[in-house]
Amino acid sequence: MSDFISSFWSGYVALLTLLSIGACALLLVVMSRARAKQAAPQGADGPGTTGHVWDGDLREYNNPLPKWWLNLFWITIFFGVAYLILFPGFGNMPGALGWTSAGAYSKERQEIDDKTRPLFETYLATDLKTLAANPEARAMGERLFLNYCSVCHGSSASGSKGFPNLTDNHWLYGGDPEVVKASIMEGRMGVMPAMGPTLGAEGVRNVVAYVRSLSKLPSDSLRAQLGKPLFMQNCAACHGAEGKGNTAVGAPDLTDEDWLYGSSEATITETVTFGRHNDPASKSRAMPAWKDTLGEARVHVLAAYVWGLSTGAARR
Amino acid sequence: MSLAGPALPSTEEVSLYEIRRKIYPRAVTGSFATARVALVIATQLVFYGLPWLQWNGRQAVLFDLASRKFYVLGLVFWPQDVIYLSVLLILAALSLFLFTAIAGRVWCGYACPQTVYTEIFLWVERKIEGDRLARIRLDAAPWSLEKFVIKALKHTAWFTIALWTGYTFVGYFTPIESLGVRAITWDLGGWEAFWILFYGFATYGNAGWMREQVCKYMCPYARFQSVMFDKDTLVIAYDGARGEARGARSRTADRAKLGVGDCIDCKICVQVCPTGIDIRNGLQYECIGCAACVDGCDQVMDKMGYPRGLIRYTSQNGLAKGYDRHMLWRRALRPRSILYGALLLAIATAGAVALALKNPLKVDVMRDRGALAREVAGERIENVYRLQLMNTDESPRSLRIEAAGLPGLTVLGVDQPVAMAPGGSRLLPLRLQAPQAASAAGSHVIEIIVTDQADPAINRHEKATFILPR
Repeated sequence: MSDFISSFWSGYVALLTLLSIGACALLLVVMSRARAKQAAPQGADGPGTTGHVWDGDLREYNNPLPKWWLNLFWITIFFGVAYLILFPGFGNMPGALGWTSAGAYSKERQEIDDKTRPLFETYLATDLKTLAANPEARAMGERLFLNYCSVCHGSSASGSKGFPNLTDNHWLYGGDPEVVKASIMEGRMGVMPAMGPTLGAEGVRNVVAYVRSLSKLPSDSLRAQLGKPLFMQNCAACHGAEGKGNTAVGAPDLTDEDWLYGSSEATITETVTFGRHNDPASKSRAMPAWKDTLGEARVHVLAAYVWGLSTGAARR
Repeated sequence: MSLAGPALPSTEEVSLYEIRRKIYPRAVTGSFATARVALVIATQLVFYGLPWLQWNGRQAVLFDLASRKFYVLGLVFWPQDVIYLSVLLILAALSLFLFTAIAGRVWCGYACPQTVYTEIFLWVERKIEGDRLARIRLDAAPWSLEKFVIKALKHTAWFTIALWTGYTFVGYFTPIESLGVRAITWDLGGWEAFWILFYGFATYGNAGWMREQVCKYMCPYARFQSVMFDKDTLVIAYDGARGEARGARSRTADRAKLGVGDCIDCKICVQVCPTGIDIRNGLQYECIGCAACVDGCDQVMDKMGYPRGLIRYTSQNGLAKGYDRHMLWRRALRPRSILYGALLLAIATAGAVALALKNPLKVDVMRDRGALAREVAGERIENVYRLQLMNTDESPRSLRIEAAGLPGLTVLGVDQPVAMAPGGSRLLPLRLQAPQAASAAGSHVIEIIVTDQADPAINRHEKATFILPR
């Protein structure tokens, strides 16, 4: 889609092109008709001079250029015209051959897809657990991972603050191979609501103490006791009465040692007060949906690889 | 300011362009002609023969552009090794400066592919069309069946040589035997076919048609030779003091009495010249230094009983000051040539030593930037890296990966030893861990050490940084 709303600039470029080529042709015509004076050559056989003498004895040779040089120049002009008819270049007119760089890319993409289709069809037909044990599929999965996933999850898939560690056995949405594949295909958007307004500052401190006690981290036991009923009221709906989490909504298990954002009191306080919004619209850290970018075949290979990482089959 | 001199007689109006007049060089024999033939044979043996040599089960000299690996006998060059190509080009330039400063345009006259292929094609033309006079007559004659057959024969021969040359050229970039099989079975890839035809057409065009037009109008060497010459450079020169005044005379005539020099104006020096100049006019840029005129004139001098060397290799100083051969060669060893020679020797030695000590293992370390540091169990800190390992030669390797620079620094996440295929490269994610207490918080320089288990002399120490968070 062109940014130009009128065809003026295209016409401007086309006109300049035409004038330039025409000027070259005109130059050739004029120069091939031009004549220079040539006096008889001096000496037995030297080149002729133009006849004019400067400063007593300074003469100018006329060494003619070879005709083939002229002919080659004409050939380049004809080639240029033919090229502009066949390919884009004359303003924004598409060439007669209909070539575009986007089209060339699609064609190349198509060729690669045709070449790889048999392999991917085989992989797609294999179930994920078997595929995870296939060394070639794993190598392909590793390359795909390093290309697409390692930006957020790290080259070793161990994650970082806000990006899950894929090599452990803790899964926010479930660790079955099919669920892992669904996470990659459809993406995930977890939302922890901000509980600060509801709980108030003191309430937050108490809840945080209770949450830390759930996973046996050091905390103020009095505050933990005060926090427990607050937890049951506000948090158990998603995180479960025992804090074991709920994979249906992606609510983490609060009793394990795996902390997505960190286990310090300050970090948990921040989480509870302000929430965590993995919202694609706000451009924060959501898991993107890969089905359109990669296609199901590649996601299938990736899912097998990622699941294999956590089971120790491909443990790094 | 122009001082208008007398108007010169018979001015005519001429075009700025002229149709090229074909040159029919006369055949010549002599010591320099023999040297030229020897060089043609030597260079073409190398060019046509090299792609057919085998080494270790593959072609000995192969520039595999698609895989970006360049094989020269036992050496394998990767794109990262382009420095060796630079050294080669520098050596080529320095040697050009050296032998041009000493001996003039010996490259042009004896070794340049344009000269070599023109000589091959001229030889074919002589064999099929005849000697100089016969060729001139044939071209001037009207078309007949005989003329057509002769010309067709010549162009077919030229075409065949050109096609074989194109095929050989492409054979440096894709294995020549399979290329030949594909050519015969009409199964060539698009670009292979294009380059064979293109290079073949260029050979046919340049050697069959263009010939001296390349030297006269296209090649930059002709134009900047004057920069590489000095007054002691050997050039091909006509000894005017000895030769003038020129003119025909009988063999036994007294030259002094007739007032003539040694030149009998037979014009053989002009007839044998491949660029069609008269060397008696002095050093000209068209002269490619092939010494055909030297051989031709020497033969005439022999017939006349005069000493050889009326046209000979000498220098500007040599002509002016009457140097003999001994003095000319002494002058070859002057500051300029000694300097070029010394530079050449130094760079060639450095290049050879660098090649002999080339490390076939290449390692790049790229640290993850998304997660600078991560806390893991046991109060340890983990940093993640990617290791690009490249095994550039043709034997498989088994590598050990270690890290050093912080107390307690360990390598994880890699199955050791790492197996590398010949000419292979691998991208490995790597985890390094160190105790939080290993050092102060901040970034620390560490070393990742990759060693060949079979030959520990082959190793790489690559610097990286390890970050301990606050």
